[in-house]
Amino acid sequence: MAKYKNHVLVCGGTGCRASQGEEIVYNLNRVIEENGLEQEVQVVRTGCFGFCEKGPVVKMVPDNTFYVQVSPDDAEEIVKEHLVKGRQVERLLYTDPETKKHVSESKNMGFYKKQIRIALRNCGFINPENIDEYIARDGYASLGMAITEMKPEEVIRIIIDSGLRGRGGGGFPTGLKWDITRKVESDQKYVVCNADEGDPGAFMDRSILEGDPHSVLEAMAINGYCTGANQGLIYIRAEYPLAISRLKIAIQQAREYGLLGKDIFGTGFDFDVELRYGAGAFVCGEETSLIHSMEGLRGEPTVKPPFPSESGYKGKPTNVNNVETYANIPVILMKGAKWFSSIGTEKSKGTKVFALAGKVNNVGLIEVPMGTTLREVIFDIGGGIKDGKKFKAVQTGGPSGGCLTEKHLDIPIDYDNLIASGSMMGSGGMIVMDEDDCMVSMAKFYLDFTVEESCGKCAPCRIGNKRLYEMLHKITEGKGTEEDLSNLRNLSNVIKDTSLCGLGQTSPNPVLSTMENFWDEYMAHVKEDKCPAGQCKSLMQYIISEEKCVGCTLCSRVCPVDAITGDKKAPHVINPTTCIKCGACFEKCKFGAISIQ
Amino acid sequence: MDIVQLTIDNKKVVVEKGTTILEAAKTIGVDVPTLCHMKLEDTNFENKPGGCRVCVVEVEGRRNLAPACKTECTEGMMVNTHSVRVVNARRTVMELILSDHPFDCLVCAKSGDCELQSLAQNLGIREIKYTGAKSTYKGDESPAIIRDMDKCIMCRRCETACNEVQTVGVLSAINRGFESVVAPAFEMDLDHSTCTFCGQCVAVCPTGALTERDSSSKVMDAIVNPKKKVIVQTAPAVRAALGEEFGMEAGTLVTGKMVSALRKLGFDYVFDTDFAADLTIMEEGTELLDRLSKHLAGDKEVKLPILTSCCPGWVNFFEHQFPEMIDIPSTAKSPQQMFGAIAKTYFADQLKEKREDVVVVSVMPCLAKKYECSRDEFAVDGDPDVNISISTRELAQMIRNANLNFEALEEDDFDNPLGESTGAAVIFGTTGGVIEAAVRTAYEVHTKKPLERLDFEELRGMEGIRSATIDFDGLPINIGIAHGLGNARKLLEDIKAGKSQFHAIEIMACPGGCIGGGGQPYHHGNMEILKKRQKAIYEEDKGKTLRKSHENPFIQKLYAEFLGEPCGHKSHELLHTHYYDKKKKVEI
Amino acid sequence: MANIKLPAAKVDELKEVCKKFDNDGGELINVLHAAQEMFGYLPAEVQELVANELNVSVAHVYGVVTFYSFFSMIPKGKHPISICMGTACYVRGAEKVLDEFKKHLDVKVGETTDDGKFSISCLRCVGACGLAPVVTVGERVYGRVAPEDVKGIIEEYL
Repeated sequence: MAKYKNHVLVCGGTGCRASQGEEIVYNLNRVIEENGLEQEVQVVRTGCFGFCEKGPVVKMVPDNTFYVQVSPDDAEEIVKEHLVKGRQVERLLYTDPETKKHVSESKNMGFYKKQIRIALRNCGFINPENIDEYIARDGYASLGMAITEMKPEEVIRIIIDSGLRGRGGGGFPTGLKWDITRKVESDQKYVVCNADEGDPGAFMDRSILEGDPHSVLEAMAINGYCTGANQGLIYIRAEYPLAISRLKIAIQQAREYGLLGKDIFGTGFDFDVELRYGAGAFVCGEETSLIHSMEGLRGEPTVKPPFPSESGYKGKPTNVNNVETYANIPVILMKGAKWFSSIGTEKSKGTKVFALAGKVNNVGLIEVPMGTTLREVIFDIGGGIKDGKKFKAVQTGGPSGGCLTEKHLDIPIDYDNLIASGSMMGSGGMIVMDEDDCMVSMAKFYLDFTVEESCGKCAPCRIGNKRLYEMLHKITEGKGTEEDLSNLRNLSNVIKDTSLCGLGQTSPNPVLSTMENFWDEYMAHVKEDKCPAGQCKSLMQYIISEEKCVGCTLCSRVCPVDAITGDKKAPHVINPTTCIKCGACFEKCKFGAISIQ
Repeated sequence: MDIVQLTIDNKKVVVEKGTTILEAAKTIGVDVPTLCHMKLEDTNFENKPGGCRVCVVEVEGRRNLAPACKTECTEGMMVNTHSVRVVNARRTVMELILSDHPFDCLVCAKSGDCELQSLAQNLGIREIKYTGAKSTYKGDESPAIIRDMDKCIMCRRCETACNEVQTVGVLSAINRGFESVVAPAFEMDLDHSTCTFCGQCVAVCPTGALTERDSSSKVMDAIVNPKKKVIVQTAPAVRAALGEEFGMEAGTLVTGKMVSALRKLGFDYVFDTDFAADLTIMEEGTELLDRLSKHLAGDKEVKLPILTSCCPGWVNFFEHQFPEMIDIPSTAKSPQQMFGAIAKTYFADQLKEKREDVVVVSVMPCLAKKYECSRDEFAVDGDPDVNISISTRELAQMIRNANLNFEALEEDDFDNPLGESTGAAVIFGTTGGVIEAAVRTAYEVHTKKPLERLDFEELRGMEGIRSATIDFDGLPINIGIAHGLGNARKLLEDIKAGKSQFHAIEIMACPGGCIGGGGQPYHHGNMEILKKRQKAIYEEDKGKTLRKSHENPFIQKLYAEFLGEPCGHKSHELLHTHYYDKKKKVEI
Repeated sequence: MANIKLPAAKVDELKEVCKKFDNDGGELINVLHAAQEMFGYLPAEVQELVANELNVSVAHVYGVVTFYSFFSMIPKGKHPISICMGTACYVRGAEKVLDEFKKHLDVKVGETTDDGKFSISCLRCVGACGLAPVVTVGERVYGRVAPEDVKGIIEEYL
């Protein structure tokens, strides 16, 4: 980035682009040109900054001013004020919710303070479509070092010693996985990157691929060198067009620079990468399913062993890691195993990226050291619960994980602690829920997902999850019984115990963990026909308060089924048998006279 | 040989490395229940998706339960096949499968022969706690096979049979999750697909999802119709398997009892397809010698190898998949159709009946025969040569319906003239039999010398593809044999590539030949049953006084009185057919 | 079975795509992606042709098409509406938004309106959780959609 005096970094992540990020770039360039600054200022589309809640984000370099919620119309002011006159545009600065003061640099924001960015190190800093910017930040140096100076065993040793574990969910030690693949003898081996991020509410892999595609390519080449593979495959969701196009550019550039292809660094080592597209099947995150999908088959899992490291793609030894795992590799080699293992907890080293979403003030992509507590993540980084509501639960691990509650808030997050608490790391989705969220409905939401995504190969997952969903549905309709609850528990345990692959083995977790932590809520549904959170339509009743109702008749007029009766200027009444609980009256009442019970 | 030692249900077991827990348990008499798993040794049928999860067992140190059919034994493994956890899981999984299954067992075609039903009984399922929506699918009734996929449990056996064994590729798992099922493309009817109707999907289906179209009531309607003369022909493989339906040991020959039963059921004439098998040899053997002599005379146009054409599943296969080769198989009709053609001409004349008043019923080990007799070219003015074809299983059902005590029936003989046959015809029922029968006749016709050795062991067996060279008195004849359409495909690819050295090839669609046909009593994955049936067939052959088709006196009489000579004008008219290109074309 | 009817130019184009993938059955999913791009959906004829070209059974192709939710045998509307049903959007009210769309257009998820203008589908997380709930119409992304906004969004395309 040497040539220009100033850089304007515009977040090019999917979230910000969806909020007219492209128009911002266009306007910035236009105004810069109008002011004759095009030789001095460069506008750069970067990867995701992570702070999606406040997007679109624009960052000024070198002074690091961080503008939030920028609109295309703001371009003019940014250029004229900030670039021409050297004055910050105050109204676009982040306001600290507590001190109510403007904060101009990201490092001083609560959202960023506790983060350490290793996997996301380049996201938001470089133009992902320019390989030079990656190289300027030590890109491909680790690959060069590995293949020119080190033996595969030595590289693997560093990965093992670093303590890096798979970031896709299982948490298998990465170095060990590489070593197993290395030891299998075969004329052909494959390196696969699992970029089939299917967990609803997780988008870290996508952000890495969009923001720093070369780190993944570099790591795959290192893996190829270590395991003896010369073909890499990235299995990526077709729903990620931006990530796909950036990967294509990155692969092309790396080939042009001789960093992919034949005889890399003149060492005789060949390695190239191709893309394979997923087509919308969550189960393809499971590695055997993923491999079958790459082979043009239905993405059904097969029983392991044999593991892919022995017999994978086209029956050849195949090393599968996910995007975030790969993104860690080049840094680990550069900075050493000791450095990496000094971060994190005893058994979980390094950092983890989480997609923080739900009822939290600061939605976004964050990366924190293993061992950070949920409280720090939700309240310090996430800025607490939206609208001042009460924290109720947080779901980690997506549909495979579980709901954690108040009592888990101070547990240091790592693989083993999450499992011990009845959840799991998963790929890193973290959905925060408040007092308005019904836990039975939450479990039902996840089961609805699993039912749709079950491949259908094994009976417990194919039929069992459907039955779980049906029972949960019955409960949210107020038709459940205590017997249903005991059946739910037994069936959940059997599905976990007997399913063929990771999908079914974990799909009942949302049910079991909500039953464990919110038993009273389940009981309220089945015994008292009540939904304490007031979310289950069938169980709620709209009631007009006699005291508060002034008889304006607005409610009776909006009611689509004429369930509300009453004379003008006299309290109205809702007939519960005709009421369809659409909530129209509740929203229309200006006097707060209608409540949900 | 690497061995591993493990403990199953507190018993030490030593097995070869690579053995599954299921197999290891079997060696100490522990039968872990299975449902989707099926292996037919000696054929390449092995279905082991690990999908039903009924065979789960507890392995010490393992987080979840292990499928016994897919989990290999490891050193020091501690396995419990009947812990409380295992039994609860197994029963719960079974309840789930049943919760998505119609409860019409009492009237289901598979009742009493259903693996799901007997497993439910074994596990003592008395109630289903987990009820809910059931998956339903479009029904499909072809002339041969009925698909009622509401009863599918996704064991995938049919898919394995159709794709891996038969390489027909009509069936595939479709959809996902609760809606997943096995079906042809676009859930089209089998009739519209490239299905060969070999019926191997039916033969392996554990439930009533795949069954044959039952035509037994049509047969009874004909029998009670006083205007109709109803004659029946029975295929060679039927007599080697029918007894199983009545609890008799597999491989028990029940020819005489079967004839007796058919007579009691009210058929006017009980004939034998074997007679037509002898006739087939006369035609096909002549055709072989004709092509061979032209070839030896230097004719480059003549098509060799000649392929047998007795098997309708096989005929469907090459019409769909190798239409460019439809001029290679023999033009001889199958024995079923030769019988029908003769019955409705020669025999109808003898009876002085009009052909439409003669009803020809065939009892076949086969479902493709149902389709074959419905083909347009096998009818005259809309009147089919063979009116109704029923399977071995349907015949057994008719016998039960008529309260016949099958085992106690006296032995009876076929009627004449269409009931006489030789040993050569009997062995049509097994793989290798047709070509052996052809060799016996062709040798003598060609060399004009009596054959000294009648048992060609080199042509027999269960290997999927076999070959042998038979010395025709100085002329070496290379013979190939394939059973199972996947094996047939390999030989066809060779011919297509010009690599085939064979003069004649016998092909049967079903593994084992007709003894393993889609209409036979269910083998439930027991290969021994097929082997015993095969043995019985060769025994029947051995016991016959006449063992060469051309020695059949009624065949000789038929040619003398009616047909003239093999491959002559009349034969061509009645006993030969032609094939159609059924490959789908891309139309622009 | 009826023979396949497709425009000649399209047939050649699709054959070319198959050839680009070496007519390799292992590339089926890539080919289907390309075919769907070309036709907008995957009618039976296209699947037949692909099966022919890649030398795999049509049943297999159909099995794959029906396995993956990205592939469709129904033509999408001129303005395909997708509602993100990822968890973040769900907890911020995506279901109500979806109900509103269904109500206004009178079609179910996966269906297309009779006039061919709109179709509704559900997505699993587009990765714009900061904007939840998210709706996309064609290429355009709408963030923080409330049920009241639905009518207005539809009217933009009428």
